[in-house]
Amino acid sequence: MELLISLIIGLLTAVGVFLVLRGRTFPVVLGLTVLSYAVNLFIFSAGRLVIDGAAVLKSGLATPDPVPQALVLTAIVIGFAMTAFAVILAIRARADLGNDHVDGRLPEQSGEQK
Amino acid sequence: MLNLFWIPLLTLIGVFVSLSTSKVSRTACAFATAALPAAALAIVISYAPSILDGQSYVERFDWIPAAGLELAFRLDGFALLFTLLILGIGLLVILYARYYLSEQDNMPRFYAMLILFMTAMLGIVLSENLIQLWLFWELTSISSFLLISFWNNKSEARKGARMALTITGMGGLALFAGFLLIGQVVGSYNLTDVLAQGDLIRGSELYPFILVLVLIGAFTKSAQFPFHFWLPHAMAAPTPVSAYLHSATMVKAGIFLMARLYPALAGTDMWFLIVTLTGLATLLVGAYMALFKHDLKGLLAYSTISHLGLITLLLGLNSKLAAVAATFHIINHATFKASLFMAAGIIDHETGSRDMRKLNGLWRYMPHTAMLAMVAALAMAGVPLLNGFLSKEMFFAETLHQGSLGALSWILPVLATVAGIFSVAYSLRFIHDVFFNGEPINLPKTPHEPPRYMKIPVEILVALCFVVGIAPGLVVAEILHSAATSLLQGDTPYYSLAIWHGFNFPLLMSFIALIGGIVVYGSRKQLFEFQAQFPERDAKAIFDQNIKRIVDTATRIYGTLENGSLQRYTMLFILSVALFTTVPMTKLINYEGELPLLPVDGVSIVATIILVVSALVTLIWHRKRMIALIAVSVVGLIVSLIFARFSAPDLALTQLSVEVVTVILLMLALFFLPQVTSKAASPSSVVRDLGLATLIGGVMATISYAMMTHPHTSIADFFIANSKTGGGGTNVVNVILVDFRGFDTFGEITVLGIAGLGIYKLIARMKLFMPSADLNGIPWSNDHHPMMLATVSRALLPLALLVSAYIFLRGHNLPGGGFIAGLVTAVALILQYIANGVDFMRERSKLNYQWLISVGLIIAGATGIGSWLFGYPFLSSWFDYFYLPGVGKFELASAMLFDLGVYLTVIGSTLLILGNLGALTTHARPEESN
Repeated sequence: MELLISLIIGLLTAVGVFLVLRGRTFPVVLGLTVLSYAVNLFIFSAGRLVIDGAAVLKSGLATPDPVPQALVLTAIVIGFAMTAFAVILAIRARADLGNDHVDGRLPEQSGEQK
Repeated sequence: MLNLFWIPLLTLIGVFVSLSTSKVSRTACAFATAALPAAALAIVISYAPSILDGQSYVERFDWIPAAGLELAFRLDGFALLFTLLILGIGLLVILYARYYLSEQDNMPRFYAMLILFMTAMLGIVLSENLIQLWLFWELTSISSFLLISFWNNKSEARKGARMALTITGMGGLALFAGFLLIGQVVGSYNLTDVLAQGDLIRGSELYPFILVLVLIGAFTKSAQFPFHFWLPHAMAAPTPVSAYLHSATMVKAGIFLMARLYPALAGTDMWFLIVTLTGLATLLVGAYMALFKHDLKGLLAYSTISHLGLITLLLGLNSKLAAVAATFHIINHATFKASLFMAAGIIDHETGSRDMRKLNGLWRYMPHTAMLAMVAALAMAGVPLLNGFLSKEMFFAETLHQGSLGALSWILPVLATVAGIFSVAYSLRFIHDVFFNGEPINLPKTPHEPPRYMKIPVEILVALCFVVGIAPGLVVAEILHSAATSLLQGDTPYYSLAIWHGFNFPLLMSFIALIGGIVVYGSRKQLFEFQAQFPERDAKAIFDQNIKRIVDTATRIYGTLENGSLQRYTMLFILSVALFTTVPMTKLINYEGELPLLPVDGVSIVATIILVVSALVTLIWHRKRMIALIAVSVVGLIVSLIFARFSAPDLALTQLSVEVVTVILLMLALFFLPQVTSKAASPSSVVRDLGLATLIGGVMATISYAMMTHPHTSIADFFIANSKTGGGGTNVVNVILVDFRGFDTFGEITVLGIAGLGIYKLIARMKLFMPSADLNGIPWSNDHHPMMLATVSRALLPLALLVSAYIFLRGHNLPGGGFIAGLVTAVALILQYIANGVDFMRERSKLNYQWLISVGLIIAGATGIGSWLFGYPFLSSWFDYFYLPGVGKFELASAMLFDLGVYLTVIGSTLLILGNLGALTTHARPEESN
């Protein structure tokens, strides 16, 4: 099971990184979302995986580590706020600059391809 | 005797006194300016008798003792000598400047900067703490920059000032580094400690660095070769500034520093080599160049460089007697050079020119000034019966007595004599070329004597040259002795200050220098022709060129790194992340830990496959926006299932509700972003990014696997043990959020609120294009609010609110809590927006979301503060159990109130974001409704 989760974390990281490196805002926003899944899963897995553990205190059952869970819980909410901010920034940038490239200008003008 | 603090403090107050005299007459301004430095001088003189008896005083005021920071002043013999020079010559310069400055010059500003400089200089010589010394050191650089550029309408003044600031400022930084190293070696920045630990410093392996850094500071300040070139360009300053800063005080700061740290740093071969050779080079270059300068002040500037080199050379000889000679020459040079500068200023002032090719035969026009200048120039040449002769004799004697160069030791006295010859020659030129040698040529003004009082400072200084030269034992013996004693931090060797020591080598060298100088001056025509063969090297042009080169290089580097492309920055950032994570990974051999692996079941495999496929779909079709979005939401769904599978129901609930909100948000974003994501990337960059992504993904997977298979110890045990007893809840995650780490949560909801408000501001006044049709030109459906959805959603709202209340209330003991409840409520309300439209909501709901955020934060904050009322730390929680008939036993906890704050903030932020963004899609746009 650990191997599966590691694979998932790796894959999501790779997809997230690739999308974040795109030039248009929407894929970048998607990338941020995927990357935050990867990060949340990673932090969560720092508490090691427990199946059928006690969600609340209950004698006789293994209690999963609550610290990463608490961290991830707030991280999910903050991650949403960040995604929202990025989205609105992208929309605003498009409204003000007239294109949806993350650089604020199209690569033809900036001579990006070297 | 007043406290030592008063000495720099009085002059510092003097800065403001000068500034406040803009309304009064110029004479009154000068007097007001002079008053406080005079008072400071009186304080110093009140200390003088006991210091001459061998006392020294230290006053300190602790600031941050742990960091070695303090305000501390020290007055001993050496500091006394400098203090007297700074204040004494300073007062004379104030008087002189009163007549030198014209009506157009802003006199209060000039005086204020001069006094500021005086304060800085006093700070240097009186500092007991090295860091404090450095601070004043930098202050002299800055105030001298202001003084040199006093006539800031002249380009050469501005350039000269900039050059001086660059060179001395650079040296200052080196000095600071040196001081920090000294502090590290000695463990204290206290001068007393540092001077006592000379052996420790010299023995330390950091000694070469300390020495070089400190010497760079001293050499740049004292215009030593090869840093000397700024001084001639600083001559663009008004002449009182040159007389004060560039002969008597500031350029001596470097000398002062070398002398002050003499007991701590000197005595090694390295010291001898660097200091002596630099001094020698400076002495020769300065003396030679001085002869060829046609500008009166240029000649004096190079002569100053040469004399500073002489003093440096003496300090480098590692002999106590040489140190005494250096101290003596500091006094003598200050007196004759300041008076020469003042005389040059008078000549400039009364003739309108400083060019020696035009200035001739001034003896007939201004005999009094000529007399004074000639005496001072003869002192500079080292003619007997004047003070310059005495210290130059000591200098010659010292060069004879050292043997560190072994068989080549004879070279030092020879070169010293050569420098002496040139020194006599340029002094002769100063006298002969200016006051005799025919008639003046094309002077702008007819020369005449200056105002009476302008000559007084010169007269005083020249008188000193005379008196010291004739009766040194009476005038300077005592102060020289006490200064040299505190310089050496020990007894001074025997020395004699008499004029006549009999026929000996030094006298012969003086004699050769005199005769040689006359010969050299006599054959100046040939020398000038010889010198004219060399192209003139303009230090300013070279300096500007170098500065330009540095700026160009910096611009080029900056341009490559910062080309304004966010995409590129992201790439560089991720690349460095990859670099920093990959390299340590290669050292991780034991990537599989000893923890037993959990068994894999069929459901997990299926879920994993769905996730992998969705992630790949997102990756491949990221330009097909709708498909990508759906695929991402599937990934999110599986992630929340993962949380549920591994015993984290709180996370699963949160992830699920956030997922809903995120997808709605992204759908809204799709409406405003271009309908096609155009293909921008070249194949090569796709390959590059894929490679990078795969690398980082691989690293992350490996780290995760290594982490999950290794056992760990966690602080969780504490939370688990105290959750029920201390926090009153069995849901440990929630208790951590609202109780144990409540302060973090408080910060987090604040961030959430700020993000919401920031988005609100971004949305306001946004001018957006609203597409009315899709790509193929088919108009969007007009059916804005389908009836089915509207009806169902209205029926769902009370249910959803009930669920969220339930989740909220049970949160402390069962999965749930403020975050999740807030998200559920937000989703329920957003559903109403979607199903019924903004107008529908606006009519029915009067909720102000900004207000909701603030109330939420206030409740959370007040709960925390409330615990203060009961004498507990911020955010301590309280709980108890109650019984109500019909309800049964239930628990009340203050943490619930805090959770209520979280709940309200989450609702407020989420709706502020989505509500406002959603409103943009309708005709009820903010800018229209405002």
